[in-house]
Amino acid sequence: MSLDTAKPMNWFDRLAHPGQFLIWSRRLIWPLAIITVLLFALGLWYAFFNSPEDYQMGDTVRIMYIHVPNAWLSQFCYVLMAMSAIGTLVWRHPMADVSMKAAAPLGAAFTAMALYTGALWGRPTWGTYWEWDGRMTSTLILLLMYLGLIALWRAFDDQLRAAKLIAVLTLVGAINIPVIKFSVDWWNTLHQPASVFRAGGPSMPPSIYIPLFVMTFAFTFLFLTLHLVSMRSEVLRRRVRTLERKQASGAAK
Amino acid sequence: MIDLGPHETFILFAYLGVALVTFGLIGMVAIDARRQKARLAALEAMGVRRRSTGKGPKP
Amino acid sequence: MSAFTALLVRELKLATRASGDVLTLILFFVMVGTITPFAIGPDKVLLARLAPGIIWIAAFLASLLAMDRLFRADHEDGSLLAMRHAALSMEAITLAKLIAHWLTTAVPLIIATPLMAVMLNMDMTIFWRTIVSLALGTPALTAFGAVGAAVTVSLRRGGLIAPVLIMPLSIPILIFGVSAINANAGPGAEMAAMLFLGGISLVATAFVPFAAALALKLTQE
Repeated sequence: MSLDTAKPMNWFDRLAHPGQFLIWSRRLIWPLAIITVLLFALGLWYAFFNSPEDYQMGDTVRIMYIHVPNAWLSQFCYVLMAMSAIGTLVWRHPMADVSMKAAAPLGAAFTAMALYTGALWGRPTWGTYWEWDGRMTSTLILLLMYLGLIALWRAFDDQLRAAKLIAVLTLVGAINIPVIKFSVDWWNTLHQPASVFRAGGPSMPPSIYIPLFVMTFAFTFLFLTLHLVSMRSEVLRRRVRTLERKQASGAAK
Repeated sequence: MIDLGPHETFILFAYLGVALVTFGLIGMVAIDARRQKARLAALEAMGVRRRSTGKGPKP
Repeated sequence: MSAFTALLVRELKLATRASGDVLTLILFFVMVGTITPFAIGPDKVLLARLAPGIIWIAAFLASLLAMDRLFRADHEDGSLLAMRHAALSMEAITLAKLIAHWLTTAVPLIIATPLMAVMLNMDMTIFWRTIVSLALGTPALTAFGAVGAAVTVSLRRGGLIAPVLIMPLSIPILIFGVSAINANAGPGAEMAAMLFLGGISLVATAFVPFAAALALKLTQE
């Protein structure tokens, strides 16, 4: 039997251990950031200079190029939070709750931007800033949920216990995501039914869905970059807290 | 600037708003990261160490 | 008497012993209905149109107010910890508490509804729909409130944040609840809303005990 009883780290351990996470995540930040900038540059060029106006909506289709990515990302972010919540509750994965906490403010921002751009798109196109239809209402509910979760994180002193409780709440609220997704099919009001991810492929011409996809990827990479950096900050923040606590108890001796 | 049609203002406000929030997010995340690193560095300078750090390499 | 029934009886006794609680709740409910005519003007036609919504908002706010006493008292004096080692599962305990809470919160509100309807000049032909919609929708309100209460039970000032957490989940209940009374849509729209409401309540009551029990167990870890 070997004297060195610590087993070598496999890829899963590298993912789970906070210290290891800090090491390998550092190398990812700049590549992700650069890809984000490039995608945005490409997307914006497509959006403004290489895309004709839509025959129905006119130039306001350019708002769609930032509205749809934000809306999609707001849901994707919650799904990520829900999966992190499962990781916390079922597998007790050490980094899962860090991921969940870091995603919340980002998700709130994307949801807010989706509502904002949606209102500005709706006014010239369909005549109204806001309508209480299924999708807008459930997206507003999503924003309120994000903000509630952020408030809850701040209400707890013990962040590790908070993590598990917030995970439960996140999963209960996850019912809203299918509602948002299918609300345009269930209720026939302002939003159009699904036109991108359908069985027969997109129902839009390439001049529209190419800028749309590029911008969606751009925003997604933005989210991934910010999420990674936020997770690192959270790990550091917890270390700082531990050290400050240690310092305070040491000084008391 | 290319002609953006009759609803120019809406398009402009939409992109400006998103740019504001996006850069705001990037700023907040970056400032937070920097602040945590500074606090950690300050604590380590004062000699407070985690059990596992010892003289290990900083991340 | 089975353990479940015993717990149910205990909850009912505790809630009715401090009968000031139930009275406060009804007073709050009625007061919301009283101040709305002051806020929006005494125009009877307007009030009649808004009456279903106002009654539902009042019921919703009153149930938020009452949510705190679902778990907090038992958590603070250690009863919850003791119950955890009982013969009954935590989920069953939560369900018993939910039922007792609904009986002592929602039912008094429903009884006070005629008073509200008169104050708000509600059209009496649709009044019975108000009772049914409240009866169908309040279990869901209680259930979602229980999730919020269970997650925040260990926070000292958790009573303030729990409503904020519960509200997004409860918005659909409000939407269907008011639709069930007066939908202003095609015929049968009210019935559809009632069915939705009943469905949400059933699903919520079925699943919430698991979520709330999990949250309570995690609190005590």
